[in-house]
Amino acid sequence: MFWQRGELACVEMVELITDYLEDALPRAQRRRFDAHIAGCPHCREYLRQMRMTIRLTGVLRVDDMTPAMRADFAELFRRWRAEER
Amino acid sequence: MGLISSIGLSRRPPPAPDPDAELLARLRGGEEQAFVMLVERHHASVERLARSLLSNAAVAEEVVQDTWLAVLRGLDGFQGRSTFRTWLLRILVNRARSTGVRERRTVPVGDAGPVVDRSRFDASGAWMSPPEHWVEDSQERLLAQGLAEDIHAALDALPERQRDVVMLRDVDGLSAQEVCEVLELSDANQRVLLHRGRSRLRQALEDELGEV
Repeated sequence: MFWQRGELACVEMVELITDYLEDALPRAQRRRFDAHIAGCPHCREYLRQMRMTIRLTGVLRVDDMTPAMRADFAELFRRWRAEER
Repeated sequence: MGLISSIGLSRRPPPAPDPDAELLARLRGGEEQAFVMLVERHHASVERLARSLLSNAAVAEEVVQDTWLAVLRGLDGFQGRSTFRTWLLRILVNRARSTGVRERRTVPVGDAGPVVDRSRFDASGAWMSPPEHWVEDSQERLLAQGLAEDIHAALDALPERQRDVVMLRDVDGLSAQEVCEVLELSDANQRVLLHRGRSRLRQALEDELGEV
């Protein structure tokens, strides 16, 4: 593909960004990526937004278990013990 | 067990001690409270994945119960070759699939098309309509704007397999390796799904913040 050599274009950066963050880019590609980011404020912003997105996704929470649910699982355990015997 | 794994059959680094080891030992000793604590510890991950795999809440609940029963029944066979969490979620995925509610896809993992609209770049591939700076750049302030709900909605709206991967990685904090094991994905496919899912979430946030 055309991005194997020369300067990285912004349109390629947005497709390589996850491999970059996952540290899955071959070394030469990573250098091109870093070089591009260093010179392109828009792509730096994009990278920042991607990192922010990952962090924000991480704050999602599920409701805690209720006492009733805890009792259900204790009951499940007892059923299993009974079937074991 | 330690002997075999130290011979180096796999290129993976030796696994860290399983954080659930102590509770598992107590559970094997027949302690009911240890079981409830184990359920509680994994409650959030299990619930989220079950609801992602099965949109029907009642079916999801049933599968969660099934999964924990399978854990109890299979406890003696659990060798610790993966972490308990990976093993648990793997059982959940199998149980969910066996309901047949969501068909297993053989379609390629990448939904076609670029993750950012091509019209935002010029012919040379440079930004024409670049992402605007997110001014409210502290996490707390973004969340205070109610973004948590937007992210939740955007995550729900992702194609199923992207949602599974993004959730396990970015919400539950599993490693890439663990996600591959739980969902039976290759490294490359895991990354493609993660990439498409995360890119969509970013776009959803950009759309949301742009309206402010």
